[in-house]
Amino acid sequence: MEAFFVIDNISCGYGNKFKISEISISVQQGNFLGIIGPNGSGKTTLFRAITGDLKFESGSIKLNGKNLKKFSYKERAQNIAIVTQDIESPDITVEDYVLMGRLPFHKGYQFFESKEDVRIAEKYMKMTAVNKMKNKYLSQLSGGERQMVAITRALVQEPKLLLLDEPTSHLDIALQIQILNLVQQLNAELGLTVLMIIHDLNLAGEYCDELIMMSNGKIKDKGSPEKVLTYSNIEDVYGTVVFTQPNPLSGRPAIFLVSKRILNSINNTK
Amino acid sequence: MSRSKYIKWGLWLITFLLIAVMTVIFSLAKGEIDIPLSKIYNILINRNNDLEYTVLKEIRLPRIILGLSVGGALSLAGVILQGIYRNPLVEPYTLGISGGAALGVAFAIVAGLNFSVGSFMLPVSGFIGALITVFLVYILSVRKGKIHTQNMLLIGVMVSFIASSAIMFIMATTTNENLHNIVFWVMGSLDETNKDLIKVAVIVSILCLLISYIFIDPLNALRLGEDKARHLGINTDLSIKLLFIISSLLTGMCVSIAGVIGFVGLIIPQFMRLIVGSDFRILLISSFLTGGGFIVFCDTIARTIVAPNELPVGVITGIIGGISFIAILINLGKNTRHI
Repeated sequence: MEAFFVIDNISCGYGNKFKISEISISVQQGNFLGIIGPNGSGKTTLFRAITGDLKFESGSIKLNGKNLKKFSYKERAQNIAIVTQDIESPDITVEDYVLMGRLPFHKGYQFFESKEDVRIAEKYMKMTAVNKMKNKYLSQLSGGERQMVAITRALVQEPKLLLLDEPTSHLDIALQIQILNLVQQLNAELGLTVLMIIHDLNLAGEYCDELIMMSNGKIKDKGSPEKVLTYSNIEDVYGTVVFTQPNPLSGRPAIFLVSKRILNSINNTK
Repeated sequence: MSRSKYIKWGLWLITFLLIAVMTVIFSLAKGEIDIPLSKIYNILINRNNDLEYTVLKEIRLPRIILGLSVGGALSLAGVILQGIYRNPLVEPYTLGISGGAALGVAFAIVAGLNFSVGSFMLPVSGFIGALITVFLVYILSVRKGKIHTQNMLLIGVMVSFIASSAIMFIMATTTNENLHNIVFWVMGSLDETNKDLIKVAVIVSILCLLISYIFIDPLNALRLGEDKARHLGINTDLSIKLLFIISSLLTGMCVSIAGVIGFVGLIIPQFMRLIVGSDFRILLISSFLTGGGFIVFCDTIARTIVAPNELPVGVITGIIGGISFIAILINLGKNTRHI
């Protein structure tokens, strides 16, 4: 049987140059998939191809067996919710912004929010604890709060697939864990399929069921965190030496940095 | 939970309506001959064909109606364009749409189309000029199927320069009689005696206001940017194109009937956004009402400040608009709330 979300052999880029080529990924329903790779490896290009912001000539992307190109704008937004890295901070209240997640479900002309829309928005604002700041303006929020609010808006779309582009960048360690705990909870409790670009290898290994490692616009390796996050893979792709060991609490691979001084002293003792 | 918001909107709406009505009454009373406020109602009801009735009915009222329509239309065009670009410096003038419309009308005057075909040719050629400009600017700034906002603004300003130079050229080579027509109209004035053109202004502005309310969802979603609006299921390319056509229609109509009146489309939406917020459901109608009142107010000053002579209304809107704009800019820097 074909997987829930299938990226089949897509190549795309800017101008005549391919940034990514022949990428194929398939995601089972309810999976939590992470895309990792160094800067410039094509993670964001792939993300933009999936979101529809970047057109691609060859290959196809299918959701539930249906080609994304056959979806109308509305259908797409009813099935796929997207949280990008740059969250604009215009003069909109949190509540109004979260309610915009219901836009794809507006039937015909709808001037006022329906009771149903308000109920759904309140339900998810409660779940993510965003409701206590619902009267604030987006521009008054901190980076972490803005990320939570954007995820809440995505949930209000009640999507089948959630796409996240580096949801933890620029956040401190407590907020990183808070955001990913939430995503993990949504993945487990709502069965939401999640596809996330993430920079931090430790977070990727700890939270994702499956990882795709990208390098120079191609897939270097994919599979379980244990399979992908090996020191040889990381050395190949990032060109740096690391030391990996299972996290004693979770058993997931943990990556330790090796500084040049330590590296030299190890080499010397040899 | 949202009910209090709607009540607030209702109160704003009533306030703006009252301000507009008060401005209209003030404008009826003031002029070369002052008519006491208390008498205006009786004069209009009794319909005695005396001087005061004639002044009110034949001179001031048509001018006020035109002012409301043109002011509302320019503000509406401005608020829509600012919504598309998410840039507070955008308005029909800065995108070159006014310039294109003006060039179209100048051609029509020189060719004598308003006499040979009919006066309705002026708004038609204004609309055609505006639409060609939008189309041109659009083509020049689209790359790989996407609109590049920054490019478009620069190209718009350039088109505006080219159009005004072309109008200068036409003025320099035309006959004296045409020159008078063009100069008078380039300066921006509500002194329009043709009742049919006033009707056109009323119909176009109200129709476009109603049509713009169809685009509430796209306009509201575009506040987040084009990509994010599309992520929320909005067909952004189509919506933007149609909104451009509405803006061109509004601008072409205004320029052809009242000339180039600057700053209204820039300053009114800006003010309204600060007062009622950025939700287009309330922003569109607020801008429309306040823009209309603003022009009527400015026109009253233009009629009375150097009486018995008259100033072009564009001079007054330019001065008031420019000063307010600087004040807003300074304030924006202090305020965390912005577009």
